[in-house]
Amino acid sequence: MAIFEYAPAPESVRPRIREQYGLFVDGDWKRPSEGEYFATINPANEEHLSTVAQATADDVDAAVRAARKAYDKYWRKMKPADRAKYVFRIARAITERSRELAVLETLDGGKPIKEARDFDVPTSAAHFFYYAGWADKLEWAMRAGREASPLGVCGQIVPWNFPLLMAAWKLAPALACGNTVVLKPAETTSLTALALAQIIQECDLPPGVVNVVTGDGRTGAALVRHEDVDKIAFTGSTEVGKAIARSLAGTDKRLTLELGGKAAHIVFGDAPMDQAIEGIVNGIYFNQGHVCCAGSRLLVEERVHEEVVVRLTERLQTLRLGDPMDKNTDIGAINSREQLDRIKELVASGIDQGATLVQQQCALPGKGYYFPASFFTNVSTSHRIAREEIFGPVLSILTFRTPEEAIEKANNTPYGLSAGVWTDKGSKNMWVAGQLRAGVVWCNTFNQFDPTSPFGGYRESGFGREGGVHGLQEYLAH
Amino acid sequence: MLATLPSIPNIAVDAVMLEARAASLAKRSIKTTSKRAGIDLAIRCMDLTTLEGKDSEGRVRSLCAKAMTPRPGYPGVPSVAAVCVYPNLVAIAKDALRGSTVKVASVATAFPAGLADLAIKLADTEQAITAGADEIDMVIDRGAFLSGRERQVFDEIVAVKAVCGTRAHLKVILETGELGSYENTRRASDLALEAGADTIKTSTGKVGTNATFPTALLMCEAIRDFARRTGQRRGLKVAGGVRTTKQALTYLVIVNETLGPQWLDPDLFRIGASTLLDDLLMQLEKLDTGNYAGPDYIPKD
Repeated sequence: MAIFEYAPAPESVRPRIREQYGLFVDGDWKRPSEGEYFATINPANEEHLSTVAQATADDVDAAVRAARKAYDKYWRKMKPADRAKYVFRIARAITERSRELAVLETLDGGKPIKEARDFDVPTSAAHFFYYAGWADKLEWAMRAGREASPLGVCGQIVPWNFPLLMAAWKLAPALACGNTVVLKPAETTSLTALALAQIIQECDLPPGVVNVVTGDGRTGAALVRHEDVDKIAFTGSTEVGKAIARSLAGTDKRLTLELGGKAAHIVFGDAPMDQAIEGIVNGIYFNQGHVCCAGSRLLVEERVHEEVVVRLTERLQTLRLGDPMDKNTDIGAINSREQLDRIKELVASGIDQGATLVQQQCALPGKGYYFPASFFTNVSTSHRIAREEIFGPVLSILTFRTPEEAIEKANNTPYGLSAGVWTDKGSKNMWVAGQLRAGVVWCNTFNQFDPTSPFGGYRESGFGREGGVHGLQEYLAH
Repeated sequence: MLATLPSIPNIAVDAVMLEARAASLAKRSIKTTSKRAGIDLAIRCMDLTTLEGKDSEGRVRSLCAKAMTPRPGYPGVPSVAAVCVYPNLVAIAKDALRGSTVKVASVATAFPAGLADLAIKLADTEQAITAGADEIDMVIDRGAFLSGRERQVFDEIVAVKAVCGTRAHLKVILETGELGSYENTRRASDLALEAGADTIKTSTGKVGTNATFPTALLMCEAIRDFARRTGQRRGLKVAGGVRTTKQALTYLVIVNETLGPQWLDPDLFRIGASTLLDDLLMQLEKLDTGNYAGPDYIPKD
């Protein structure tokens, strides 16, 4: 045995999980109209956690009607400063229950507890805190002379990679602006959205201001199609985003989409190399690579390619893969079997097309869905692994020789959500950042988020912004 | 001749990400069996230190007794690696530690400022070794380094190393709290390693900023890159301000995950501290009994 193995350090809190969850509609918990429920499991060990209601079109209709009533009766009429107090109260409640929420997020989604604890939950609270402050200052988000008025009922559909955080990104600005909401969490990760519904109930928000309808794609489709919804905000795959855009065409519903990505992460030869390696690791292995803005396409200056590969190979071996509830776990479980199969299929295509696979050498737990941290070298720009979003802990490494070539390769993608640049030269960093067609460009860092900073995509990565004053404007009529 | 050393490349360091990585390593959760192993290791890697103007023969003898038997009555608790004293007290420490595995380390080269002629520094070193020092903790001339006289710093390390020869292990104190930037710390590390330091050490303990997690991480990276380049393993010593078990365990984590477990050895890693031992013993007591002992149950040196 090694001198200094880390003993298991499991998180000890066990949140109360109900045996069954109904729909949160009009301030109360309701049975789904057709009585259908589905199971939600822990992807780390495939154990059953709870059953969750499958909302039908009728349930969605009830939720939208409740939201409309709450909008007309309470929320739009409320003094903005009072609205702020409610949003602030949600932020406080999330902070107070942060440990429970973090554990729930990890159990239901498979992400390492350290990430849920240090990133998902505090950033969720931060968004509510930030937008609470905006509620009575909305005219400052408008062009001079324009009145700030809410849109009405918003349908919000969030993904499974950051279930609570994406709900917070969507709810906080919508509520601060005076809109009411029907939120639809992802099928595999409903529990923290339902816990948030409990929090909202305890915070005594007027009934119907926030409604949570769980279910699969049918529920989402019913929400998108509903005639009395004024806006749809969707985060998820580009494929579904396109389908939503098509179905909203010709209506007067507003739409914001935050979709997939295949971010270029550019490392120049003069980069601070040890920190760049950490940036690469954070960029692709954070949340098992289930990150739409993941730095999944590494573009390395050719003269340091070998050095980067050697260092990255070494670094992979120190990543700790395993039980997401262990506080020392760096790589947790893949969110679902379906996603694991997709990752495996794309990795197989990379090998077939001639790329070289490097993986962390470690035993995978016997139960649950896991995939080791991996990267490919000898990748061509035409390979599927260089073009398609893998949404897993798999990096593709390509090379370039000049800054112009790096920019050209970085922009040669249908996506444009994020990008990263590593160089010790400030002027080069700023110049390259300016040439990249991506919503967010991180310079000498990666995956940094703050409620004050707008986030969103170019082209097939979507449109509209979340966060900051820009995110606020998406929920105001102007 | 150039005062700088262009043959040693400048390595870029990004402060924000370096600190972020160090902070993430500081969040490792070291519990139960690994905490016990870590405490044991921290004791074995400790340079129990007294470097005060008021140091006396009695104090040094008392410290030496504690170094050999940190927890009387508990034979499972190991001795520390070394006792670190001023040159004038080396002979006393040597005598007190006779027959034990504990080594005598001596600060030298006009510690802590290092502002003396080279001849005096060399004589200081020679005196400590003659008196019986197994290890020499020298300081670099920070003034020379910051004004660009790198060759002078380099040559002085080479000269002190020549005096040490095979008689003493050489630790080179960079005094990172006075170097002003992480890039300077990285450069001074590379320079000291190239000049022949057996171990590079963060601090004297005599300035405002002593060992920190990011600095230790950065110096580990320099040692790792040196080993990759030359195949030689050099050591790290963190010193100054390390008072708690939690800090000590974090340094072990930083070394473990940057240099690898083969560096978790008193030959390659040291913690220089005076009061840390008391906290380690208190934590051991806690692991054994489930209760924290009062400070009066830990023998003071």
